[in-house]
Amino acid sequence: MSNVCEFNTVPDGNPQVESPMAWSYQQHPAPRANGQAGVVLREKALMGHLVLRGGAIVLDEAVRATLGMNLPAKPNALEHDDSGERSIQWLSPDEWLVIVPGGEEFKLERALREALGDAHFSIVNASGGQTVLTLSGANARDVLMKSTSYDVHPNAFPVGKGVTTVFAKATVVLRRPSEAHWELVVRRSFADYCYRWLLDASAEYGIDTQ
Amino acid sequence: MFYIFCPYCKEHREEEEFHARGQAHLMRPSDPDNTSDEEWGDYLFFRNNPRGIHHEMWVHSVGCRKFFNITRNTATYEILETYPMGEQPTITAATPDVRHEQGVQVADGGWQTVGARSENKALNEEASS
Repeated sequence: MSNVCEFNTVPDGNPQVESPMAWSYQQHPAPRANGQAGVVLREKALMGHLVLRGGAIVLDEAVRATLGMNLPAKPNALEHDDSGERSIQWLSPDEWLVIVPGGEEFKLERALREALGDAHFSIVNASGGQTVLTLSGANARDVLMKSTSYDVHPNAFPVGKGVTTVFAKATVVLRRPSEAHWELVVRRSFADYCYRWLLDASAEYGIDTQ
Repeated sequence: MFYIFCPYCKEHREEEEFHARGQAHLMRPSDPDNTSDEEWGDYLFFRNNPRGIHHEMWVHSVGCRKFFNITRNTATYEILETYPMGEQPTITAATPDVRHEQGVQVADGGWQTVGARSENKALNEEASS
């Protein structure tokens, strides 16, 4: 017998999975929007997040073979597949964030590892570490303007762009998948803070949460 | 608002996303075993503190998290260029324009002229005439 302490990552009894926002929803129930809500806040909970690192050319081949999408080579680019459910975002010259519907990430990770073989790369499953919030509604951009120093004017922030920037006093990945929607990828430890900040910043426009 | 151009993100970003990390282009002695204490001490502890052009290492810590270099004027705080790691600066203290600028001394008008930008020179001439 070895002395290695083992941690059972698959415990019995099928415990319930919770999004990083679960505590916040319980502690800070959504305020009632009076009439028309200017901001609609939703969570895309429990998605599969993978952080790919490595050379662009090698990763591009593997990603095209497994996901059928091109790896965005341009800085701050964001690409979606035809269904709009899977996305790849440029994070830095050798780092990309892949978000897929929850449950697909393990299969995808294995497929990518097989496709990449002996290449120099790293794949980290960050699904438990972050979550995706979406903002929409007539005043969504006003809320962002109050919260981040990054220029969110449509001229500077077209659809298909995503940046890592300062949001309130936290760091988020801010991205724009469509005309009407903004996505915030927030870290688990900052999820409650960002959620409460958004409730506060949206209060004057009226906010609609689930 | 104060923007710095990140050579990896290829766009200007707010200054709060960056951190300064000291003097750039420090070369580790190639043969540490046969390096004198003085050389090794210089490499580890002693840094330049020039008045005027300085090459610094910065990191885009909220963003792409890459290190890059900035050529900055320590007298005017003006950032003259940013360039990726592994590249050499195009503007140095020996660049003719920079030498010329730093040689200009105008006492009246209250303008700081050491390494001042060229558009400030016009202001200087206005103020002194």
